[in-house]
Amino acid sequence: MADTKPPIVQIRNLSKSYRRGSQIIPVLEDISFDIPDGEFLALMGPSGSGKSTLLNLLAGIDTADTGSILIGGEQITTMSEADLARWRSLHVGFIFQFYNLIPVLTAFENVELPLLLTRLSRKERQAHVETALRVVGLADRMEHYPAQLSGGQQQRVAIARALVTDPTILVADEPTGDLDRYSAEEILDLIDRLNHEAGKTVIMVTHDPRAAEKAHVIRHLEKGILSDASR
Amino acid sequence: MHLVKLLWRNAFRHRLRTTLTVIGITIAILAFGMLRTVISAWYAGVDASSASRLVTRNAISLVFPLPISYKDRIRQIDGVKTVSYGSWFGGLYIDEKNFFPNFAVEIENYLKLYPEFVLAPEQLNAVVHDRKACVVGRKLAERFGWKIGDTIVLKGTIYPGDWEFVLRGIYRGKDQTTDETQMFFNWDYLNETMRKLVARRADQVGFYMIGVTNPSHAAEVAADIDKTFRNSLAETLTETEKAFQLGFISMTEAIVIAIQLVSFVVIIIIMAVVANTMAMTARERIGEYAVFKTLGFRGYHIAGLVFGESLIISMTGCAIGVALTYPVAKIFGTTLSNYFPIFNVAPTTILMDVAAALLVGTVAAIFPTWRAVTIRIADGLRRIG
Repeated sequence: MADTKPPIVQIRNLSKSYRRGSQIIPVLEDISFDIPDGEFLALMGPSGSGKSTLLNLLAGIDTADTGSILIGGEQITTMSEADLARWRSLHVGFIFQFYNLIPVLTAFENVELPLLLTRLSRKERQAHVETALRVVGLADRMEHYPAQLSGGQQQRVAIARALVTDPTILVADEPTGDLDRYSAEEILDLIDRLNHEAGKTVIMVTHDPRAAEKAHVIRHLEKGILSDASR
Repeated sequence: MHLVKLLWRNAFRHRLRTTLTVIGITIAILAFGMLRTVISAWYAGVDASSASRLVTRNAISLVFPLPISYKDRIRQIDGVKTVSYGSWFGGLYIDEKNFFPNFAVEIENYLKLYPEFVLAPEQLNAVVHDRKACVVGRKLAERFGWKIGDTIVLKGTIYPGDWEFVLRGIYRGKDQTTDETQMFFNWDYLNETMRKLVARRADQVGFYMIGVTNPSHAAEVAADIDKTFRNSLAETLTETEKAFQLGFISMTEAIVIAIQLVSFVVIIIIMAVVANTMAMTARERIGEYAVFKTLGFRGYHIAGLVFGESLIISMTGCAIGVALTYPVAKIFGTTLSNYFPIFNVAPTTILMDVAAALLVGTVAAIFPTWRAVTIRIADGLRRIG
């Protein structure tokens, strides 16, 4: 079903390597694939396989050595640092493994952060933040600081922050990696709901086969080489 | 939510560290302010000098006197409006630790030359008509609890014996920069006594104080005075009051330079302390800065966060330091009034405090900002967890 949709992400001949001293270590080798709009893709693989690197390249927070990434019709591999920052603020919602909330800001303020880069008025920002927090079920925790929330709640705030700008793609790097089983299930259900109900394209890196089960497509990375889609 | 709120919360996130840094800055600003005020106090005499006053002294040295007979000849020189004269008396009140400046002067004209010494007309009249009268500054009278009519005895050091005076006047300064710690008495009293005790020391003065009609011609008048007494037994050196005062300062220039250097060293030390705090802060927050960048915040936003936090810390310390400068200067000035009769915190000192704090906050943030801005997002995110 997903394959019939037009691709929102087109990756062609993508390679990336790191330098350690005089040694060059290839991480991704000549990767090409498409991600249709509205797809839920899980990237799996052992540690060091390059899945987080691929996710970072897709989110525009790292740069490839060669190849191209076309997202929503925009070629991000040739963008300048400044253009890439602006593009990220508009098109990417990033969910981190360790939530990465700012501890001195309340849930409301954390979710509001990406909106400070927009031209929205204070009232409009407030409306967006309240909606996002309602979607993740934390409308009653707006004034709480991260330290006053459980891990699952913190991750939900992080998801609200990723959602609040209505991005083109949601990228999640081990979103349940720091959570207990129950909280992890809640977070996966929430991401699944965002994919099904809101039609968000989700790209998720995970080690957890149970998390990957939620995805439409699972791709494995091994030593920088991407396997064919499964499921 | 405004980023300023975030800056403020960030600044006090590590309360103990920030508090200690703020205390350090406060002490540095206080020390800087005090040292600058000491330097200003050193130059207080120069600052209080008038362009319309000249000082004539013996060309060889201030130690050597001039004949009183010069008075009338000086008065005849074009451009001279008022002439007074006097001698440094150097008397001690009970003990050396009670030191204060005391001069034998021709009081009536001397006070005309110094309109900043405000004396009630009836007190001036009483001083002029009582040979043993003296007039003291308000602060000096307060220091020893003297009242009008009190008898004051000074022990002579240059002029031997015990000298008895009756307090007939207490002058007030026209403004804060006027020295209110001096004592003046009638030169005639000194001269008549010396005539009886050591006749060869009579009819001599230490200096002439001259008022000119036009301050812009002061240099010409000074040259004319010195020309008048050229090739005499006591040649003169006439200079503006300011130059005269600077001559005294130049004798202690090394001390002033040392104080200036110390004041700047204090700022450099606190700069290193704040830089250390900001480096630790930025290192701890690298992951957060990476998150900000991931969300689309740019390098200048991150720079704003680091610089803003550094400036909040330095300016908080500065504000407390400046607030404490005034009461501390008052205590300092009272305690050391013997050495610094004018010890006021100048507005320029406060401006220098603020400039120093801005400099500290800015310089301390440069390296942490560079690190925070240049680190790759992926590397920054790896620091979390």
